[in-house]
Amino acid sequence: MNPVLRTVLQRLGLGIATLFVVSIIISLTIEMLPGDFARAILGQSATPETVAAFQREVGLDRHPALRYLDWIGGVVRGDFGESYASAGSLAGHRRLVADMIGPRLLNTLFLASAAALIAVPLSLFLGVLAALYRNSIFDRVVNIVSLTSISSPEFFLAYILIMFLAVKFPIFVSLASISPNMPFLDRLYVIALPTLTLVLVIVAQMMRMTRAAIINLLASPYIEMSRLKGAKPLQIIVRHALPNAWAPIVNVIALNLAYLVVGVVVVEVVFTYPGIGQLMVDAVSKRDLPVVQGCALVFAATYILLNLLADIVTIVSNPRLLHPR
Amino acid sequence: MSESAQTGQAIVPPARIGRRGRMSRVWRVLRKAPPTAWFGMIVIALYLVTAVFAPLLAPYPETELVGGAFEPWGGQFVLGTDQLGRDMLSRLIYGARNSVGIAFMTTMLSFILGSALGLTAAISRGWVDQVLSRAVDVLMSIPQLIFALVLLSIVGSSIFNLVIIIAVLDSTRVFRLSRSVAQGVVVMDYVEAARLRGEKLPWIMRREILPNIMAPLVAEFGLRFCFVFLTISALSFLGLGIQPPTADWGSMVRDNAALITYGDVTPLLPAGAIALLTVAMNFVVDWFLHKTSGLRE
Amino acid sequence: MTNAKPSGTRTKGDLLLEIRNLQIEGESDEVWRPIVKGVDFTLKRGEVLGLIGESGAGKSTIGLAAMGYARGGCRISGGSVVFDGIDLLAASEETRRKLRGSRIAYVAQSAAASFNPAHRLMEQTIEAELREGLRTAADAEKDAIELYGRLRLPNPGEIGFRYPHQVSGGQLQRAMTAMAMTCRPDLIIFDEPTTALDVTTQVEVLAAIRDIVDQFHTAAIYITHDLAVVAQMADRIKVLRYGKSVEEAPTREMLTNPREDYTKSLWSVRRLGKQEQAGGEPVLQVKNVTAAYGNTVRVLSNVTVTVPRGRTVAVVGESGSGKSTLARVITGLLPPIEGQIIFNGEALPPALKERSSDTLRRIQMIYQMPDTALNPRQTVYEVIGRPIEFYRGLTGAKKEARIVELLKLIEMDESYVDRLPSELSGGQKQRICIARALAAEPELIICDEVTSALDQIVQEGILQLLMRLQRELNVSYLFITHDIATVRAISDEIVVMFQGRVVQQGPKTKVLSPPHPPYTELLLSSVPEMDPDWLTNLLARRKVTPESIKAGDR
Repeated sequence: MNPVLRTVLQRLGLGIATLFVVSIIISLTIEMLPGDFARAILGQSATPETVAAFQREVGLDRHPALRYLDWIGGVVRGDFGESYASAGSLAGHRRLVADMIGPRLLNTLFLASAAALIAVPLSLFLGVLAALYRNSIFDRVVNIVSLTSISSPEFFLAYILIMFLAVKFPIFVSLASISPNMPFLDRLYVIALPTLTLVLVIVAQMMRMTRAAIINLLASPYIEMSRLKGAKPLQIIVRHALPNAWAPIVNVIALNLAYLVVGVVVVEVVFTYPGIGQLMVDAVSKRDLPVVQGCALVFAATYILLNLLADIVTIVSNPRLLHPR
Repeated sequence: MSESAQTGQAIVPPARIGRRGRMSRVWRVLRKAPPTAWFGMIVIALYLVTAVFAPLLAPYPETELVGGAFEPWGGQFVLGTDQLGRDMLSRLIYGARNSVGIAFMTTMLSFILGSALGLTAAISRGWVDQVLSRAVDVLMSIPQLIFALVLLSIVGSSIFNLVIIIAVLDSTRVFRLSRSVAQGVVVMDYVEAARLRGEKLPWIMRREILPNIMAPLVAEFGLRFCFVFLTISALSFLGLGIQPPTADWGSMVRDNAALITYGDVTPLLPAGAIALLTVAMNFVVDWFLHKTSGLRE
Repeated sequence: MTNAKPSGTRTKGDLLLEIRNLQIEGESDEVWRPIVKGVDFTLKRGEVLGLIGESGAGKSTIGLAAMGYARGGCRISGGSVVFDGIDLLAASEETRRKLRGSRIAYVAQSAAASFNPAHRLMEQTIEAELREGLRTAADAEKDAIELYGRLRLPNPGEIGFRYPHQVSGGQLQRAMTAMAMTCRPDLIIFDEPTTALDVTTQVEVLAAIRDIVDQFHTAAIYITHDLAVVAQMADRIKVLRYGKSVEEAPTREMLTNPREDYTKSLWSVRRLGKQEQAGGEPVLQVKNVTAAYGNTVRVLSNVTVTVPRGRTVAVVGESGSGKSTLARVITGLLPPIEGQIIFNGEALPPALKERSSDTLRRIQMIYQMPDTALNPRQTVYEVIGRPIEFYRGLTGAKKEARIVELLKLIEMDESYVDRLPSELSGGQKQRICIARALAAEPELIICDEVTSALDQIVQEGILQLLMRLQRELNVSYLFITHDIATVRAISDEIVVMFQGRVVQQGPKTKVLSPPHPPYTELLLSSVPEMDPDWLTNLLARRKVTPESIKAGDR
């Protein structure tokens, strides 16, 4: 078989296996539940009967392996189970986890894509610039600014933006509440500040990594050779550096998009944006396990998928694999 | 090292000069440190002093209600009071102790765990390395904050749980770094020479490998501390980390966030306190990395 | 081949390159220090100048400066470089860029790293001429194929369409010469082009380079640390040391009649020798050993070697011959699949872990790179003291006395005990490694390429020390090396290895005098000699190609 295809398939298989193991871990963490969990959910007034009914309903009385198979079987069909908020027959209506996650996932993807669309080109541009003019004043200033930005908690950046762009100079709004039938431009306006916060965090991180990758690349002997062959500066970048830069750059992008997915959690809470991050935080504080598990699986899958993508680009751009001996 | 210094001096007097030479070299390197590094070191020192002498520095106790809710700056309360009427300045000062202390403990734990396993994997290679590395791969394929949220939702939030969970999750990164750095040292001829001499594993680890991976590990400690500190702060900010009434910067931001919409900067103070420390730490680590990678030549 | 003339007889043209009072500085620890301190030379069209010197002499830096180029962390701080009437240091970057590749070309030491892994050889070969618009793509390819042929690359019509990782090191080095030649430059800088190659491959590359430079009447600066190599290539030789010129003269004159003491000391290294002594009772016997990595890659096949007490057995071979694996098998790092290691008449346990501390003590090892053989965090005291304490249990004053004694033995003194390896020179580090081995009071020392990372003058000191120690302590050496000169200098017996097998073994005089088995013949004849006509004569004499010998000699 073609070695590229083989390696890609191997990597895909590994990705699926990882996802499988991760789903087992997420499911099994329930085994760590303390004994008084049902009471913690149902409240101190719950009778032994309601506690038993609750445990039966959520399947705590069954073998972990069976419960896992049940759960993962549902997940594959798009059924993430029922929220505890509807369990114990206390609340009237039943709420499906999938219904809760679905629309919020779309919202989160909307926010993350907006941030990524701005952040990726900007940071690649800044990173390459800083690498080309390294140790210049520009490079040093960018270094200090980006280091500061990376070091700050997301909520610090978020509140500073709110302070200046929503309160002192009310250009944007501090609450990013969107509704299903909001016009597109209004949505964009509403998410301006959360997007900006994410962009600040990601750009700093991503441009530093881009800079490091490019500097590393420019130090290789074949780049010096291209200079000694009289190649023009632009040719050195385009012909000699770029074909070897895809793998490191795509890795940087994937790593930061994965980071973006996580960073979104805090930002959504600050701006009370109805995304999956906020849903998860709410679920964690209510200890609504099916929702927590569902959200965790979605996050983990995104993360694994992005890393998988980066690996595949690395494989496909490796001349040693593309052109075997 | 110290053993040789003493016995070495017994036969060769100039040895002491050599030692002093090294000390003054450290000083010379320090003196040439860029302003950012100096800024970082001074800030870290200030935080340490604040954390250690918190009870002496704080005008009011940590958790006592000493005034009305949200009292303004100035007068009796320099930085006003929080949503329950506790003194803001005092809680900021105690926060240095709690937030930084907890993050430091977590990082220590994560380092002990991660570097011990990382070194073991690098030295023993074979199946031990395979098992540990694959386990770490899987753990790392779940985003750390998300995994922490899942675990906290199950075991509930307490300082103990928080420290253990974050330390274990973060130790995966320490594992990777210490393993790869140690792998670079394990293949060195001087390690092979020690094995051929018949040295036992602990000796090789302690005398041949550890001294040579200290610099990157120290730098990594600084970076890991920042990351752990930010993660715990984020969890506290989400209300899932350090729980009230303990004074902690992350939860202080959360509790007083409403003030922002009135143009009051008070909630930015604890957030700024977090940012300042991590910025300072990053500046120092940045310089240290630059220095040690350059000095190795 | 037909127009290959002995060097030194080429016709020279007008002045091409003139370098005056060249000064170059390098940055370390934010301080600029001089690396090249006022070097002058000139080069005529069609002339080959050899720049020779030990590490730190600044020869590569000067070579690059001849292109008006300084590496990152270096800067040309003074003097002038005038190429064909153009002052390169005063000219604009654009002017310099246009000269590079088209009129001044460069051939790097590591061709494997210097070819871009993402492009085919052909694209990289013809890049410069296409950029300068010298030829159409089709013509350029045709020309490149012809150049590949002239450089005696196998399959010249096809090799250009491979990627760098698909081609061997020696071939890449020739492809890089073709790349340099495409624009028919006036000047080529060869920066140690054969240093990374095995001797038998080196001959091929040297011959190819010399012919093509001759055919196109190209001027060249040939940079190397190897005197015998430069003697084949250069019309004139310039000796450099610490960034300064020592002396400069036509090749033949320089070889026969060097003026400066430093040059004479460089020349004299080759004259070191040892009277061969007949073998006595064996200390070590390697019997019918077969070894493999991971049960599949067989690296040693049925190897038998005997080391007599108090003698030196040299194991010689090129990369991949299995000579270093032999050391790993003897020390127990790689247990053999078959065969035995017999030491002092007793079979040793195959694996390191099963051997007693006293057995380990009796067999010691010295490594090729003193930099990686010494823990950078341990002082000389700790390095030498540890085996004394470990094997002999000596501590305190007794241990210190023994350390001082060992330092005297390796011609160093007690003022070094508190030094770290970074505070020692390369030769001193290797001496400390020797002292560490001696501290165990061994019967056999395995020396794995112990001199190949050192400058020639330092090598001589180390070899003399090893020979003196053998006379005084009656220790035996298993000396692994690829360098025939070293073998001549110190061995009593020689083992020639090729592709994991012993091709020939016996007393030194016997192995070194004809008739030889084909591989030994190839190996011995490929070692460059100080005679400027050596390469020419060798090529005239050789009828079979090395490839056929390598393929046939199993």
